[in-house]
Parts: sequence; structure tokens; C-alpha cells
Amino acid sequence: LLQDGVGFFYVSKVICNSRTKTQRRHASHFTFQPDPVPTQYGPTQKMNLFQSVTSALDNTLASDPTAVIFGEDVAFGGVFRCTVGLRDKYGKDRVFNTPLCEQGIVGFGIGVAVAGATAIAEIQFADYIYPAFDQIVNEAAKYRYRSGNLFDCGNLTIRAPWGCVGHGSLYHSQSPEAFFAHCPGIKVVIPRSPVQAKGLLLSCIADQNPCIFFEPKILYRAAVEQVPVEAYTVPLSQAEILQEGSDVTLVAWGTQIHVMREVANMAQEKLGVSCELIDLQTILPWDVETVCKSVVKTGRLLISHEAPVTGGFAAEISSTVQEECFLNLEAPISRVCGYDTPFPHIFEPFYIPDKWKCFDAIKRMINY
Amino acid sequence: MAAVRSMNKMYGVCFHAARQTAGLKASRLLQHRAFRVGAVRQQQPFDSTLEKPQFPGASAEFVDHLEFIQPNVISGIPVYRVMDRQGNIINPSQDPQLSKETVLNFYQKMTMLNTMDRILYESQRQGRISFYMTNYGEEGTHIGSAAALDPSDIVFGQYREAGVLMYRGFPLDLFMAQCYANADDLGKGRQMPVHYGSKDLNFVTISSPLATQIPQAAGAAYAVKRENMNRAVICYFGEGAASEGDAHAGFNFSATLECPLIFFCRNNGYAISTPTNEQYRGDGIAARGPGYGMMSIRVDGNDVFAVYNATKEARRRAVAENQPFLIEAMTYRIGHHSTSDDSSAYRSVDEVNYWDKQDHPISRLRHYMTARSWWSEDDERTWRKQSRKMVMEAFERAEKRLKPNPELMFTDVYQEVTPLLSKQRDSMWKHVQQYKEHYPLDLYDK
Repeated sequence: LLQDGVGFFYVSKVICNSRTKTQRRHASHFTFQPDPVPTQYGPTQKMNLFQSVTSALDNTLASDPTAVIFGEDVAFGGVFRCTVGLRDKYGKDRVFNTPLCEQGIVGFGIGVAVAGATAIAEIQFADYIYPAFDQIVNEAAKYRYRSGNLFDCGNLTIRAPWGCVGHGSLYHSQSPEAFFAHCPGIKVVIPRSPVQAKGLLLSCIADQNPCIFFEPKILYRAAVEQVPVEAYTVPLSQAEILQEGSDVTLVAWGTQIHVMREVANMAQEKLGVSCELIDLQTILPWDVETVCKSVVKTGRLLISHEAPVTGGFAAEISSTVQEECFLNLEAPISRVCGYDTPFPHIFEPFYIPDKWKCFDAIKRMINY
Repeated sequence: MAAVRSMNKMYGVCFHAARQTAGLKASRLLQHRAFRVGAVRQQQPFDSTLEKPQFPGASAEFVDHLEFIQPNVISGIPVYRVMDRQGNIINPSQDPQLSKETVLNFYQKMTMLNTMDRILYESQRQGRISFYMTNYGEEGTHIGSAAALDPSDIVFGQYREAGVLMYRGFPLDLFMAQCYANADDLGKGRQMPVHYGSKDLNFVTISSPLATQIPQAAGAAYAVKRENMNRAVICYFGEGAASEGDAHAGFNFSATLECPLIFFCRNNGYAISTPTNEQYRGDGIAARGPGYGMMSIRVDGNDVFAVYNATKEARRRAVAENQPFLIEAMTYRIGHHSTSDDSSAYRSVDEVNYWDKQDHPISRLRHYMTARSWWSEDDERTWRKQSRKMVMEAFERAEKRLKPNPELMFTDVYQEVTPLLSKQRDSMWKHVQQYKEHYPLDLYDK
């Protein structure tokens, strides 16, 4: 078994008295909050996020004989261990390595799907998805439309590790959802937890449209929950209200949900402000109705994501909400996002939209 | 052995004893490959007493003098042909000895394609359709390869393979419907002309981006291999598209993942205005195959029997041995790239005339037929009239047909119409109702 030298596992807290001040590692910017144990899907088992992904893939390979999983290094279990054990269990024709070529991985995946089989393609880091951009945007997204529904690649799901991890820097931290949000024909989905990850991934696999599933890598080991062992789905394009409130609507996805949970608590304790927290889950097509209904109620909206603020997905949400809810707004819509820089290495603690920046934004909105 | 000889010739290599062993080893490797299906290459056990390389990446011998391998473009991979330019069989053992009925069908399909091309090219010039691409000079590559496949084999094309679809039985009405984007178009009017597709005929809808179909074909072939139903996949592309990264990806994936796939490259001399000496510096596309570990051949694309024989054998072995085959069909693009191109800007009329008059797939096949008294001047006259009439009638029907209902602008983006699209559709209709005099509604189906 290859250990941490290959993977990118975040150490949640390092306190070492013998180290000098400059060598002290910054603590995690969030604490993972598990959801209540789901009771409606049968027996559960303790799993972290990468194990919940393995579980979803295991269920899929068991029930769908056409399903195949492929990408770089998936055969030995994957650099994040998401495919551990699957090759031994289901065979080398179903779980296999491809050459190092993202445009090939996605192109190949489209072909598998067009031929009627279930294709689950892994891109090793979302930061490396761009060589496949043409295949995703010009081909996968448009396959059904341009053929008049004669052909489609609805059986394709692309998975990629996503988001900041504490030390990932430019090329192991990116959140590229905004690039794909601009592309009609694909779906983009981001889970906040193991239970959500398994359910949403299974929905993506079942969905008859090509889907991109981004997995918050910082949560692979840090997020642990009781996850149903059997297959179940969480619906796509349905935002989830995690906490009801009356003063401010908070919208986020993935890791940032856990930051916003703390922000909501801080707002309540320090400002007496009641926040309604929404996990968007599906970026495209996104649940406009749930978000707008909430803003009509609260009159204030804060959207937060790690990706750079300009052209980030918060811009789309903000624009739509001001169109639909203009007269309900008590303050301008607030976006707390990454700066318009590449994702930096040593400056990560200053770059990320942490709870203090979000808290401050709420304060300004309340006092507008 | 022939393959090995040509490989050595190609690389112009002059090792002595090493070459002998390398040659034998290579041929043994080639034979061995034929029977190894789905095997995963294992690392050989290490033995440092042997003065042999132990690297996991390559299994060659050591050599003690410095010599670069020379790419051989002067006497590169030879061109396989069955007929000479006058349609005479050169080596009788290579004559596929197809029935008169089959050969007549080849001829009629090639000439029907040619006739349809002439009429649709003209119709673009007259403003009746927006765009067109002809297939002049390449009819042999289409019909020869299509005839060698099973109807259930999946075809991924680029855009100059209409003859494959025609051979499989796609009716003139549907070619026209797609070019006119009328309400009969299977593609629902969404794409530019010549972007044909047919689910029934296993011809995947064409898309404009070049070479994107190449890795897709590898994936489809992999899925088809797992189904184990004696199906193959063929993937067509031009020599220009072969420069794209997707081509490299597709070749490499198909070889490493052992896919039953035929790569068919139409090397027609030009990518729009770019001649082959500006497209590549090596020995064409066929020479790249061995670099990927792929069986490769170069054929005379204007010789329909050579194309047929090569595709037939490639298909048989691709399915039997689960490995890809690369066929580079040398031909010439007699027409312009498209109706948006005037090729006199970059090539001489003399050059084009040579290919049209001295080395054309249709006339070579006709000579073969007339030599056997299978086709006469009368037959030719009658068929020309008949085929032209068929095309004209389909053309007139297509002209009269309405365009698809604009509702179809909003469907098939996803399998389901999303709430957002539903809203946008309603908004579009509301606007069009209000400003209806500015929209050509009477041209569209209700």
C-alpha cells in the first residue's frame, strides 16, 4: 500500500513546540460537521469521503454489468484511494488505467457512453481537466442536441478531486466549476459530505446526461459519517436548506458549507442574526427557485466560494437573484470568494474566503 | 517478414548482428502479438548477470556506437494497390473477385455520390443551402471501406465520408433534409450541412471539431469488445486532423487498451490550403502506427479493391485479435475544401486535372467493369440520367419542405427540458408573438 507520499492528505492540526514560528502549520479553516445518520436507506457504516465514493462505485459495478471505471492510476486504488479493491473484485477489464492523457480519458469515456455502456472517468485533479475541455464542452455537452437525439453520452460521469487542501497551491487546489457552468448540456455537482457524495454520485451515474462530479479533496479523510451501505440517490438540481433562518441567506457548496455553518453560528451568537444556509449541490442546472424563495424571505444574500470572484459562479447566482428578487433586497448581494489570483501556496490562509471574511460581510449587510 | 523488412528500410538502420537478432525478435514479437489477447505485460525477472537492458520501459538490446535512427521519408511505407491506373488487375491473387452485382453497386454508389455532390454544391452557389462539402476524388475510400464492414459496425467520421453512409443505404431524401435543415432532418435542423448521422445505420453524427471522434472511437470499440458480439468500430479522419492531440490520444488508447478498431486516414494532400509538407515531416500517417505498437498499412485510396481488401482484413483481425489497425488511404481532394474555399488560390488547375482525368476511383472501376463487359456506354448514359433524376427529385422535395418547429431549439440539450429552458422557451414565444412580423415564422413547421 502506498502511503502519504503519493496522496495529498491534509493534516488537520500540527502543534509542535520545537518548531520555529515560521514553520508552524496553519490550522484547518473549518471543522467538518457530519449530518444526522440517515435512516431511510438501510444499514449504515462509518465511512470517510473517499470510502463513500468507493462504496458508490462498488454498488454501480455490482448492479450494472456495462459499467467501467478508468483514468490515471485507478487500477491500484487511485491516488486518493477512491477505487481501492474494485479491480480485484470486478476484473481488470472493468477497472483499468489509461495512458496519461486527459483529452483521451474524456474522449474515450464519451465513446464508451455512446456505445451504450456506463463510463466513469477519473481526472486525477480538477486542475488537470482543461486538456479535456474541448471534449467536454464541444462534444459531450452537445452530443444529444446536435444529433437530434439519435446519439448521446448520458452514460458518462467524470469525477475529479476539487478545492483547496491547505498546501495544494496553483495546481492542486482549483475549483473550476464556473468554466463548466457556462456549458449547456452537462451537469456539474459538488457534495459537502460522504452521505451526500455517495447519493449525488449515484444520481450522476444514473442521470442520462454527461455529469462532472467534483469531490472536495480536503474532505476525503477529514469528513467521516455513517453512510448507507446500499445504493441510494440524492436528487440533482435540488438545493438543500440545511438550516432555516430569517435575516440572511447563505449559499455555498462543497467544503465551504462547513465554513458557513460556523459563520451562521457566529452571526447568531455575536450579532443575533438568523441565517438560512443553503447547500446548492448542483451548480448546473442550479435550483433557482429554492435560492430565490429564501432571499424573498430574508432580503439578504451572501454567496461564498474558493474560486476567484470575477466570473465565479457567485456572479451567476447574484445576477439571477437581483433579477428575480430586486425589490426584496435590503442590501447588495455579497460575494466572499477567492481573490483574482492563481491559487497561492504560502499565502493560502490569506487567500481563502474564511469564516472571518464571511462574518464581516454579514455585519456589513446587516448594517447597510 | 515483409513488415520487418519495411520497418528496417523505413528507419534506414545499419546495425549488423544486432539487426539480425532485432529483426527476428521483431517478427517474433509481431507474431506473438497476434495471439495475445488481453494479456497484461509482466516485468521480466531481474538478472544482472545478463548484459541485457533491464528497463521496464523497453526491451531492446544494448548497442555500443552512437547512431541516430534516420526517419525514412524517401522510400517510406509502400502503397498497396490491386489495379493499375487503367483499372487492370496487377496481381490476380489480390482481385477480391466480387460478384458483378456487388461491383455494379460500388460503381453506382460512387457515381450517385458524385451526382449528389454536383447538385448540392450548385444549390449552395444558388443560395438554396448555406454550405456544402464535396467528396470528389475520394469516393473509392468511402465505398471500398464501407463494403468491407458489417452493417452493425459503428462508424465515426469526420465530414468527408458521405459515401459510407450512402453505401449503407441512407436515402437521398435524408441527405437533402439535413443539408436543407428541413422538418425531415433526423438531426432536427441543428447543424450545418453535411453533418449527417444515422442511428439505424450505426453512423455517429458528424461534428465540426476535428479529430474529436478518434478517442471516442477507441472508447466505443472498448465497449463493443466487452459486449463480445463480433462488432468492430471504424474511425475516419484526414491527414490534417491526424495532427491534433486527440489523434495521438486515440491511437495510444486503442493500442494500450486493445480495442477492435480500424483507423482509416484519408490522406488527400490538403487540409484546406495546407499541403502535406506543411502538415507533417515524417512518412505520412501510416509511419506513426508502429510508434504506438499498431499494425499499419498504406493503400492506394483511389483503388476501390485495395481499399476493400485492406479494410476487410483489418476488420477480421481487429475483432479476432482485439487490436487496432491503421490504414492510410492515399488519395487526392479534387474539389475545394468546401463552398467557402476556392482552391485555385493555392494549387494549380493542372494538378487538379491530373487527378480528375488520369487517376480517379470512378473511372478506374469503370475500366475494370467494361473490360469484363459488365458495363456499356448505353448503361452509362442510362444510369447518368436515372441517377440525376433521382437526385433532382429528392432535391425538389427537400426544397419544398418546411423547417422544423422552433420548439426544437430547446429540446435535447438535456434528456429532459429543465425549468430554466422551459422559461426561456416561453419567453421566446412571447417575444416572437409580439414582434412576429420580424421573424420568418411561415418558413417553419407549426
